[in-house]
Amino acid sequence: MRNLFYLLFLGLILSACNQTPDQLPYLGERAPIEKMVDGKKVIDTIYQSIPPFQFRNQDSLLISEKDFEGKIYVSDFFFTSCNTICPIMHRNMLKVYEKYKGNPQVKILSHTIDYKYDLPSRLKKYATKLGINDHQWEFVHGSKDSIYQFAAKNYLVAAYEDQKDPQGLVHQGWFVLVDKNRHLRGAYDGTKTDQVEQLLKDMDILLQENEK
Amino acid sequence: MKSKRNWTLILFMSVICFIGACQSEEEINYDRYYTTGKQLYESRCGNCHNNDGSGLALLYPPLTDTTYLQSNKNKLACIIKNGLNGEITVGGKTYNGQMPAQQDLSDIEIAEIITYITNSFGNKQGLKKTEDVNKDLKNCQ
Repeated sequence: MRNLFYLLFLGLILSACNQTPDQLPYLGERAPIEKMVDGKKVIDTIYQSIPPFQFRNQDSLLISEKDFEGKIYVSDFFFTSCNTICPIMHRNMLKVYEKYKGNPQVKILSHTIDYKYDLPSRLKKYATKLGINDHQWEFVHGSKDSIYQFAAKNYLVAAYEDQKDPQGLVHQGWFVLVDKNRHLRGAYDGTKTDQVEQLLKDMDILLQENEK
Repeated sequence: MKSKRNWTLILFMSVICFIGACQSEEEINYDRYYTTGKQLYESRCGNCHNNDGSGLALLYPPLTDTTYLQSNKNKLACIIKNGLNGEITVGGKTYNGQMPAQQDLSDIEIAEIITYITNSFGNKQGLKKTEDVNKDLKNCQ
């Protein structure tokens, strides 16, 4: 009897291991709300989401959250003259771009944090050299206040100016995965190959969720 | 008579052994430069040029163009130390970016990096001596 119990327990553990997660977690803050469903009070959760935004892209066009409606997207923060982590990040982001190229449900949004120099014309040159000639991967420019606060508050990515840094700008290399409801569903170190592999797997999971 | 011949044979064999076991000074330096050069390359150059020397699209040129590295071999020290601006053609493609200067590198470190680069990624130029880097740096344009 006891052996049987152990066997069952072992089976349970093994089955838990084998299961591939079919849902990604929600990151960031959350708050409970009360809702009326069929005349009954129900507690629901509100997850942190990316608020409406407006940035200018590589073709000087204003883009907003409307351009991401119904899509999942990966967001990051960089600047074109950065020679530390950015080349590694975008070498990895190219893998994301190439895997989902032409998929209307997937976009990439790279924000420059060099608001002084990375004007749309410079972003355009950068994008072209990287081989990006469409709008599936948007490179956007925002003002100083909007970009640093936007990064920290909404994408949980730190970016700031630092006189001590040789290039004067410091930022983290996260790739943040956002779902079609603009909730944060994953954060991956864009400089690490294995984490980028994980991102690609998680994007497939999120795309399946999109179809439900 | 016989023992004298044996002694000659032993002497001869040991001389051969000595020559075989000893690497020339240049070979030792090559190994030393190459190993340190790899570490320096990966911390100083690999972000942009990639650790496998493949560069990144049209943003950063690859280091696999053997002809470019061969025909510019006396300019490499200046490029690494002072950076590079303007248009260059590497592997049939045009690049026009800005490579940052790395003034803090010493001559020996530059020689190590050059030794690594010019003997990796399909290149085979042999040891770059520190004296040669010293000479090259005096002729930077």
